[in-house]
Amino acid sequence: MNEQTLLELADDELILGWRESEWTGIAPMLEEDVAFSSIAQNEIGHARAAYQLLVGEDGDADALAFDRKLEEYRCAPLVELRLMDWAHTIARRWLYETADEIRIAALKDDPDAGGLAAKIDREEAYHRMHAEMWNTRLKDEPRYRKAVADLWPYALGLLSPELRPTLIARVGLPEVDAIERGSHTGELAELWDEMTMVRRSAPAGSQW
Amino acid sequence: MVAVEVPRDEQAFLEYVQSGGQIETTDWMPDDYRAKLIKFIEMHGNSELMGVLPEREWLLRAPTLQRKLALTAKVQDEVGHAQLIYRVVEDLGKPREQCLADLISGKAKFHNVFHYPTHSWGDVGVIAWLVDAAAIISQKALLKCSYAPYARIMKKICWEESFHILHGRDVILAMVTGTPAQFELVQEALDRWWGPLMQFHGNPIPAGEDPMFVWRIKSQGNEEARQQFLEGYVPQIHELGLTVPDPKLRRRDDGVWEYTEPDWEELRHVVTGHGPKTQERLAFRKRFLDQEQWVRDALAA
Amino acid sequence: MSENVFEVFRQERRGQPFEHAGSVVAPDADFAEAWAREQYGRRGESVALWLVPREAIRDVEDWADEFDLKYRRVDGYSIKARLKEARERADTARAG
Repeated sequence: MNEQTLLELADDELILGWRESEWTGIAPMLEEDVAFSSIAQNEIGHARAAYQLLVGEDGDADALAFDRKLEEYRCAPLVELRLMDWAHTIARRWLYETADEIRIAALKDDPDAGGLAAKIDREEAYHRMHAEMWNTRLKDEPRYRKAVADLWPYALGLLSPELRPTLIARVGLPEVDAIERGSHTGELAELWDEMTMVRRSAPAGSQW
Repeated sequence: MVAVEVPRDEQAFLEYVQSGGQIETTDWMPDDYRAKLIKFIEMHGNSELMGVLPEREWLLRAPTLQRKLALTAKVQDEVGHAQLIYRVVEDLGKPREQCLADLISGKAKFHNVFHYPTHSWGDVGVIAWLVDAAAIISQKALLKCSYAPYARIMKKICWEESFHILHGRDVILAMVTGTPAQFELVQEALDRWWGPLMQFHGNPIPAGEDPMFVWRIKSQGNEEARQQFLEGYVPQIHELGLTVPDPKLRRRDDGVWEYTEPDWEELRHVVTGHGPKTQERLAFRKRFLDQEQWVRDALAA
Repeated sequence: MSENVFEVFRQERRGQPFEHAGSVVAPDADFAEAWAREQYGRRGESVALWLVPREAIRDVEDWADEFDLKYRRVDGYSIKARLKEARERADTARAG
């Protein structure tokens, strides 16, 4: 199993799920609020399963999720961005699912992570349907098109270079310089601070 | 077989609902019944929606993956409840946009507990365990609401709420069996929430003088609900070694709970829009509602 | 948002009848599906849903029952008295 790839996937899903849960209660309509929250929960569920695979059955997935130093997280810049307008949020959703499908497909043959990849793929079929639904509705809205264009370099950076041509073909935008994985935006520090503030308020290993 | 005819006369209608009769959306109803129904149900929807905001802060700070998922699911349910509730109001004649506009302008109200701040993870536990418990008591009294569409959604709402209390209790139990500092967080939160909890079910007007009871919109008076809450939850609080910040609180031999008279002035003051967090939370709602109007417009196109 | 109301019918378990569960307002059937899935299935409480635009539903509520046509219902039959008589006759015949 390529642990690096699996950790990247886990961290992407954790941070994206965390970001998307920020929309709980304030989505454009209540119906979408509920749907979006399910998707965020699914992402965090995927992260949890991936962390568990990495630490082993008896390992502490929470420790891996929360207790690393900032520079040890392997998430891509795309998921770290704090996007509090719907156009960018939905653009990211659509770009992420499109890219994630490609990444997950590449993982399906992995002897250790293949089973997890297949499960994630089945759950994300609903995410893809949801993202396509919004993309179809908003694709003629200028602010949505701009949001997709803004996030496109980040979306490319989600995938390793050999998977990018597939993404380019699916999204239909010209190739641009990717914003690569490997360095973190300042926004991750802010997110991590808030994400871990309660946990850090008690000694390591405390129960919650 | 003849279908039951809903009487088209206010007195006969009153007798009909008081003997257990149920009303559907397209049935005739007195104007007063419809107006009171809309106001009551709308306030419930507003409360579910506003209740999301204090909890939302903490789901971004959940200390384990399991708590993150559970709290997100709980808050999600509350949004879902708001959706179900506003749908019922809409079928009674008041569109959701109007409900939201009235909520933000302060014209419509929401329950006292959602006007208060949260300070710690202790609040997360206390809200999920005790505030939800107080709410569920009220909600169970709506299962027999004379207005059938509302009674039906209450069934789904009560079913979904069942995990909320367990989750709340689990959070509390983890903390009261954790470090002394964690125990203190719970006690401190309880000290702050007790007052609003005691006010939650409303001042003790006799059931016969409460229009909601008279029309059988709810099947329980305010004091009865409060007594039920105390009977169910004070023992649970005590068995964990927590104290209730009311020296007068005691259960009499006849089973009735005595307590310090809640501050009804505070309740009135808070629900009329003067709670510590009222304006900030309404402004937050308004900000996103306005910002995302274009999305609703795009969907309507 | 445009006022398209979709009535939702849910099936709790395979083989059970579809029952009315509520309604969802959505701009089209795709959104109605996504949102109804959430509202009526995110906790695994339904195995299937039917979504029907409200205007497709025809409300039927009253039947004329002017002539008390009891002959075709179970409550149109009162057999107690005759059954008692028949049993008494049979008892008498056996005793005789």
